[in-house]
Amino acid sequence: MTLTPDDWEVIRLSLKVAIVGVVLTLPIAFGLAYALARGRFPGRILLDAIVHLPLVLPPVVTGWILLILFGRNGPIGGWLDRMFGFTLMFRWTGAALAAAVMALPLMVRAMRLSIEAVDRRLEGAARSLGANRWRTFLTITLPLSLPGVWAGLVLGFARSLGEFGATISFVSNIPGQTRTLPIAIYTALQLPDGDATVVRLALVSVTLSLGALVVSEWLVRRQGGRAHVL
Amino acid sequence: MSFEVDVAKRLGDVEIAVAFSSDAGVTALFGPSGSGKTSILNMIAGLLTPDRGQIAVGGETLFGDGVDLPPEARHAGYVFQDVRLFPHLKARANLLYGAARGRSGVSLDEVIDLLGLAHLLDRWPRTLSGGEAQRVAIGRALLSNPRFLLMDEPLASLDQARADEIMTMIERVRDQLKLPILYVSHNRAEVDRLATTVVAIRR
Repeated sequence: MTLTPDDWEVIRLSLKVAIVGVVLTLPIAFGLAYALARGRFPGRILLDAIVHLPLVLPPVVTGWILLILFGRNGPIGGWLDRMFGFTLMFRWTGAALAAAVMALPLMVRAMRLSIEAVDRRLEGAARSLGANRWRTFLTITLPLSLPGVWAGLVLGFARSLGEFGATISFVSNIPGQTRTLPIAIYTALQLPDGDATVVRLALVSVTLSLGALVVSEWLVRRQGGRAHVL
Repeated sequence: MSFEVDVAKRLGDVEIAVAFSSDAGVTALFGPSGSGKTSILNMIAGLLTPDRGQIAVGGETLFGDGVDLPPEARHAGYVFQDVRLFPHLKARANLLYGAARGRSGVSLDEVIDLLGLAHLLDRWPRTLSGGEAQRVAIGRALLSNPRFLLMDEPLASLDQARADEIMTMIERVRDQLKLPILYVSHNRAEVDRLATTVVAIRR
């Protein structure tokens, strides 16, 4: 089996969309996970619900909401267009945003569990040894919650690679811009002679997903952590 | 005066109220378990906020009169009953965690020698026995440039021979470094041997 240049373009695009989406989401997801794990503020339950919304909504609806917000006439999309001449519509950046939004709840959940598992008595010990809040966070809380960060990254990455519904309804199916692996497979399924393409791209999907799981296990074991995905 | 403490705190159904002042040396808080001894240490360390009261050590107000210093500014060397070594740091990094606060009256080499830690430095906390971990925790507190020590049942997980050695070490800290020590125990023999002042806590 050899991959065609079109296949490679789809793979490169999918990896770019998933990696950019997940890496940009990482600090946001960690901040949200920390706030939800530790914060006691009004509206916390509402924030929790909003973060989890993409997990329970039909992805097509999530994509439609993104279209309303980030479309050229939407409140955020219109502002980006006027201020920076920047648009997400029909671009790979829009696909990355859709992937990020869909991956966010999974990433937040994994990281939150890990932050909640950090023994707060250790933070008290660090404070009594002279570490301020910030140093305590950097040297105790963050390293001890790293297994959840790795797990969240891998889950988010795998989810992003598989993203379909929100992407296709938000930024459509544009070759080279928004036609990621699942959308390319869907497109090939519609063609009378697309069977060979479907098989090739499906095998690529299986390989990438398995690879992500193996990398995650390796990272978790190296950390000596217990937050296994497998 | 070293410790001047007069605090009250309600925790659930239990009202903890204690007032004492003591001179240099070892002040023992002696009483049955559940009488709030650990809570008193936590209030002095800044890890638990009293409902009302005053805490001063060595003439410096840590709490009261509108003052509430954060734990990192209180310069306590706290040896916890539950040890609390950082599990992601080896023994050496645990020992040096508080050393960023400035030079202590004792050096790393002295502490290693005093507590018999030389062969433990490159070990992870989870591989240490209870007594070994407790010795590392005592060393960590001593190396954090403390102005006073809070020791919560530091000998509880040690066998008698090692407990005797550590008591000798605590006497040396008391006599040579002149650090005021607040020492929690329910063991009469420890208290009799170490304490210059005894505060009895009733439930």
